[in-house]
Amino acid sequence: MANKYDAIIIGAGHNGLTNAAYLAKAGLQVLVLEKNAYIGGAAVSRELHKGWMYSNCSYVCTLLRQSIHRDLNLSQHGLMIVPYEGNTSFGADGDYVAHYPEAAMSYREIKRHSARDADAMVRYESDLMRYAKLIRFFLLRTPADPTSFKPRDIKEMIYMGKKFLDLGEEQIYEFMRFLTMSAADFLNEYFENDLVKASLATSSIIGTALGVYSPGTAYVLLHHVMGDVDGTVGAWGLARGGMGAISNAIAASLAEFGGEVRCDAEVSELLVRNNKTYGVLLANGEEVHSDIVVSNLDPKRTFTKIINKKHISPALRKKAENFKIRGSSGKVNIALTGQPYFPSLPDQSLLQKGSFAFVDSLENMERAYDDWKHNRWSEIPFIEMTQSSQFDPTLAAPGHYFVSCFIQYCPRDVEGGWTDEKRAAFGETVVNRISKYSPNFRELIAHMEIRTPFEIENEIGLTEGNIFQGELTLDQLMFNRPFPGYAQYRGPIKGMYMCGSGTHPGGGVSSACGANSAREILMDLKREKINGKSVVPEEFDDA
Amino acid sequence: MPNTTQQLQYDAIVVGAGHNGLICAHQLAKKGKKVLVLEAEPEAGGLAKGYEFSPSFFTSAVHTLPQLSKKLISSLQLEQHGFSTKQQVIPTLALNDNGQHISISKNTVDGVSEKDQKSFQEFTELMNQFSKTMGPFWHKNPPRIEDRDVSDLFTFAQFGWNVRRLGKEKMAEFTRVMALPSQDLMDEFFHNPLLKAALSWDFLVGNKLAPRSPNNAVLNQLLRNAGDLSGKQVYNTGAMPVAQVGQFINALVKSCESLGVSIQYNARVESVLVSEHKVTGVRLADGREMLASKVISNLDPKTSFQKLLGQQHLDIQFSHRINRIRDRGMVATVNLALNGLPKFNGVTDLNQRLLIAPTMSDMETAFDSAKYGELPEHPVMEVMIPSLRDETLCPAGHYVLSAQVMYVPYELKGSWETAKPKLLASIMAMLERYAPGISEQVIASELLTPKDIETKFNVRGGHWHHGEFCIDQWWVNRPTYGTNRYSTPMPGFFLCGAGAHPGGGIMGAAGLNAAREVLKND
Repeated sequence: MANKYDAIIIGAGHNGLTNAAYLAKAGLQVLVLEKNAYIGGAAVSRELHKGWMYSNCSYVCTLLRQSIHRDLNLSQHGLMIVPYEGNTSFGADGDYVAHYPEAAMSYREIKRHSARDADAMVRYESDLMRYAKLIRFFLLRTPADPTSFKPRDIKEMIYMGKKFLDLGEEQIYEFMRFLTMSAADFLNEYFENDLVKASLATSSIIGTALGVYSPGTAYVLLHHVMGDVDGTVGAWGLARGGMGAISNAIAASLAEFGGEVRCDAEVSELLVRNNKTYGVLLANGEEVHSDIVVSNLDPKRTFTKIINKKHISPALRKKAENFKIRGSSGKVNIALTGQPYFPSLPDQSLLQKGSFAFVDSLENMERAYDDWKHNRWSEIPFIEMTQSSQFDPTLAAPGHYFVSCFIQYCPRDVEGGWTDEKRAAFGETVVNRISKYSPNFRELIAHMEIRTPFEIENEIGLTEGNIFQGELTLDQLMFNRPFPGYAQYRGPIKGMYMCGSGTHPGGGVSSACGANSAREILMDLKREKINGKSVVPEEFDDA
Repeated sequence: MPNTTQQLQYDAIVVGAGHNGLICAHQLAKKGKKVLVLEAEPEAGGLAKGYEFSPSFFTSAVHTLPQLSKKLISSLQLEQHGFSTKQQVIPTLALNDNGQHISISKNTVDGVSEKDQKSFQEFTELMNQFSKTMGPFWHKNPPRIEDRDVSDLFTFAQFGWNVRRLGKEKMAEFTRVMALPSQDLMDEFFHNPLLKAALSWDFLVGNKLAPRSPNNAVLNQLLRNAGDLSGKQVYNTGAMPVAQVGQFINALVKSCESLGVSIQYNARVESVLVSEHKVTGVRLADGREMLASKVISNLDPKTSFQKLLGQQHLDIQFSHRINRIRDRGMVATVNLALNGLPKFNGVTDLNQRLLIAPTMSDMETAFDSAKYGELPEHPVMEVMIPSLRDETLCPAGHYVLSAQVMYVPYELKGSWETAKPKLLASIMAMLERYAPGISEQVIASELLTPKDIETKFNVRGGHWHHGEFCIDQWWVNRPTYGTNRYSTPMPGFFLCGAGAHPGGGIMGAAGLNAAREVLKND
């Protein structure tokens, strides 16, 4: 009897849903299995307090590929991305640096701190953009395997080499430097004002287990400016309806193509016979059969939790155990009964509605990291606070606001464990910090959800609460993501694939991993084209 | 012409008689060139010279020679002049304050579990393979990407071939491991925390690197392991070649002189003479001028370009790239004159490299203070007693203890006047933990912070690499684009020191490679 399903995807995170949607579009019968009662993984909207919709995990989106947005008809399925404006970074003494949507206003604002830095900003942005444009070419491509001599890999190496050489000798060297430097050192080469530098350095550490002084963080700066919203490369956006709207739209697309999603269906084991998969075993004992199983779980979980040891080599298991996926961030999601007021900002300024970064200084951002090394949350944490409902009225009633706070650093384990008291104390650290800048903040709080990496891991399944399904360090990127030899979405077992952020191009709500993986699966099935056109797009629109 | 100037014509003038400068001079003289070396101090050697730190007590800033190769020693004819290729090789002892130390020797580790012992074999084998892959490149000039030069393409091809020869599995591991922080690499292989800290030392020392720092640790270790005095393919953490580096310098000076190289001391160079956009010689601080069509600087790149040559001769982009070079050292040295042999608990043979670094977390914590310009509470260090190998270093019955201490900032928040005694006290407190009573044995001490090292040895930032040794300041980016092959934008002006490829440490590769480039330009 033939299997009912051609492919099973484990995990209804956005990459899993994307993967399933593309496979379904190509004509496969697909089933997505999700352990929770709700889909979306870390891209969810949940009404955790009556009257407020929380994007209680990821909170902004920029990296969602336009081509994917089009292919899956996401707009028709209700997805609307709204750019948000105004970003203020607060220093220790209450002074701030703001980034405005209009270039001229931003220029004047930087000039207020340093005339030299205002001019340097032009050079900085153009240099970053050059690197971003180079990297973007590789987001929707499967990385080459530099150790293989297969024609496809050689072709890809040559493609990479050519794009690289197009930079010209000097820029190649500069790019090499950029890939390995620390954000602080990189910023020091352009700017003199510490708060200006700190305001830019925030994107270099988000989701990492590194500090602004750590080599390798300059590259991460790039990761966060590399996306686009409506073609404005580097802008950030909010999904109307919260981040869950993205997952819901992709799920709707999947349904349109005939795919199925089943919730409350945790997978406990991958079924393997003669090094080939034939389906999965659910936690409730049921078996679902298919010749193709795609794991949207992080690589550590995939290889150490749902595959029996005997089916993978000890060497591979060791690689999975060594895979770095440490959680370093917490989230505090808050329902407010009014708008927080920041007295140090001009009263009627759009900045009051924008997002805030509480940075203090480069040194304090680094000290925040030092605390985490000793399994403590940062005494003076870096906080990124986004007032999503200012731009998306669907999240809360008029006059009410949902605020998402992303905090670094917060360890997955603290001494004595994350008791309710400890969690509350962590939440208090956050509220306390914000209250210094917004005196009325505390009294507006109607409800607070405090999530440390511990909660995030248990609820969503992201090992150690790492938001990118694996750290973004050079040793775990590109053709080494998640491990050397397994960076092309295929697992060691025939029919088994991976599609989560633990694969190339890494984390963020981009859908690129799910799409790239689908392309590989379809290639293996020789079904990658329909009527001569690729099901999964390969290059960037502006390529 | 004023009669205070004295003009003599040379083929080449080398500024600075550090070992790289001397080696460069030697290689040029070997090819028949008339070479003059000008040294600001009364004696040669730079960071490698031996000196008296207290009446009748001698030491040097460095005692180990892990980067030196036998081939270099023989090509410089040093054996005839008093420095042999056969130098003592000592093991490393990682000290535990409970006396249960870990002994690391050439192929084995004692004092750890069987599992860790086995892992040590695998670990050193992997690192030696990487060493072999990278090996040829230290002694080669960095290539250019856009050149049609056959030898450059050959360098790239050779690198590709070397990497390919690692085999598919190790090849993939190569790129991954190269980028790992030392802590992650240690955690992958070992369990014992003291062992991990001890092995980390050679990955971190001499640079702004802590156990958690990504990208640069492995490269640093590969450079430190680039020599072969303890044998080929030997992981020299447990087999560290040691010597009186002053003897190395003396032999080098004699060898140079035997080839007709002139060396002048107390002859500080103030500037390079330029006419019609090419070098014509140098002017000394005392006003004398020496003429040569080639001037080769052993000094760090910033001093070479900003002070010696002058930024007026350089285009703004190039100047900017020189100005951004990071060059703040983080190693301090301490020398103690002792009136008796110190008693280290549980140590019978003191002629070893003693490491005081209990865990990687302790190393990270020390770094976390220094990176903010603060003093570490519990510094970590590498301790040796060189007078056990050479009795001429101090009077009979006395001993010299010499240590490299991490992490000490170059720029301190606050004044060094009050801080230095505090730092010395912290260092002594650490030593007391392992050698009780040592403080009473100290009759004199010398503590050199990176700033002191800068002043005493004319080494910018007190940084023995003259500029941070890290991937973004390495190979084709060392010191920067436009001068990454020893020549510079000014015709006739060259670099030959640690600030150029392949970096610092007592190695001589920079001097050798620079000479090759100078001769090519003839």
